[in-house]
Amino acid sequence: MKYTILIYENEADFATRSDEKRKDAYWGAYRAYTQALTQAGVMIGGAGLQPPGRATTIRLRDGKRQVQDGPFAEAKEQLGGYYVIDVPDLDRALDWAARCPAASTGTIEVRPNLPN
Amino acid sequence: MAAAEDALGDALLAALESWPRAGVPDNPDAWLLAAARRQLIDAARHAKVEAGAAPGLELIVAQARGNAVIDPTFPDERLKLLFVCAHSAIDEAARTPLMLQTVLGLDATRIASAFLVSPTTMSQRLVRVKARIREAGIRFEVPDARELPARVEAVLEAIYAAYGSGWEDVAGADPRRRGLAEEAIWLGRLVARLLPGEPEALGLLALMLHCEARRPARRDSSGGYVPLSRQNVALWSRPLVEEAEEVLAAASRAGQPGRFQLEAAIQSAHARRMATGRTDWEAIALLYEGLLLCAPTIGARVGHAAALAEVRGTEAGLGALDAIPNESIATYQPYWALKAHLLKRLGRDAEAAQAFERAIGLSEDRAVREFLVAAAQAPSSWRASAPRSVTGSSQA
Repeated sequence: MKYTILIYENEADFATRSDEKRKDAYWGAYRAYTQALTQAGVMIGGAGLQPPGRATTIRLRDGKRQVQDGPFAEAKEQLGGYYVIDVPDLDRALDWAARCPAASTGTIEVRPNLPN
Repeated sequence: MAAAEDALGDALLAALESWPRAGVPDNPDAWLLAAARRQLIDAARHAKVEAGAAPGLELIVAQARGNAVIDPTFPDERLKLLFVCAHSAIDEAARTPLMLQTVLGLDATRIASAFLVSPTTMSQRLVRVKARIREAGIRFEVPDARELPARVEAVLEAIYAAYGSGWEDVAGADPRRRGLAEEAIWLGRLVARLLPGEPEALGLLALMLHCEARRPARRDSSGGYVPLSRQNVALWSRPLVEEAEEVLAAASRAGQPGRFQLEAAIQSAHARRMATGRTDWEAIALLYEGLLLCAPTIGARVGHAAALAEVRGTEAGLGALDAIPNESIATYQPYWALKAHLLKRLGRDAEAAQAFERAIGLSEDRAVREFLVAAAQAPSSWRASAPRSVTGSSQA
């Protein structure tokens, strides 16, 4: 069963990524998490995303393009990346989600993927 | 007697059904008994209409009516409830949640959070378990002497699992698990009091008290993780340690060692550092050997390896770790944390880095993760004892 782990980070988390003092711990934690997923044989894929300030959103309304700078919705926590994992059930998926570094600062959402 | 039993069984089912919806009454056991009485009275009315009530039943009903003031304790009913919750016909994973719901009255959402399960799933599981109790006709009773040891073990396991879930929340900062350790200790005390002839019940209580005594020392002032070997013993709770020691001594007088007594004895050996200033690893390694004979869990094996590393050298500890089957360690964080520390101690830095990486990736607790990151970066002459997750958790 495939699940997507969606990582919602707050502004402070995004700032940590480039903070000289704390960025090593930040990236180190994700590198370790990714390795643990891989070595446990559950990793399918995923990606880290640039901060929401780099987002561009687009809508087509009545045939007109509406293009905006910024993320889809203004919210305190924004999508910062995702993993796709293959585990037997939701319980296992939640186990992995709880280990995601952002679980202790932001919010992790776990969603079952649609079948291929 | 059978009628009284059925009535209590019905009351249990009523409790299982109404508590999640209506919330828990202030005094669950009193409520339970009151409900049982109500049902008994109803049943007696039916019986009267149908065939005339048996004299014994009449008497019970009369007593139930006359007993307006309800004794708030009713320990026996709670004990029976615990035995129902840990019945072998009930899925092992559901026993602790059921216990928390029926005996302590926690709501399904909170239980789900404590066990990292979705609230919907937890609710469904509890509903299924209730149906199972009904279908299997699980009796609301204390099992007889022949069955008792196995059933007691299941009750103790379930309580320990509750404690383990609460133990992970060191600072009590996690609202989803707040107070669960205290609740488990409360249950442990209850069982120990109600089953004075069961040394393992005392053993479990002693174990939980020892672990609880260290809670104030497990984080430093800035929230950093402090491994057992570096904890400031002055921060350990002396009253809890003393109580644990008394309870364990009482247990050992029965002359029937068991898994929980051994685990408590291991913690007792650690606790002696309060008096002696040193850790008797020799004794701890020996106790782990005993523990492996009766409960060869992965937690015990990792604990044993850690003790061996102190007594017979780092290589011996590493050897014990390597003997653990691969399939059981893929997601077991303490294994990787210990392995990383031992490899680092031997100066095998590249392998240590791999193991640290794995341990960090498997850590749920942020403080533990940061501790491991720092340990991984420290020079290899840096000697640290492994951050054993000290028992208390289901891992140990």
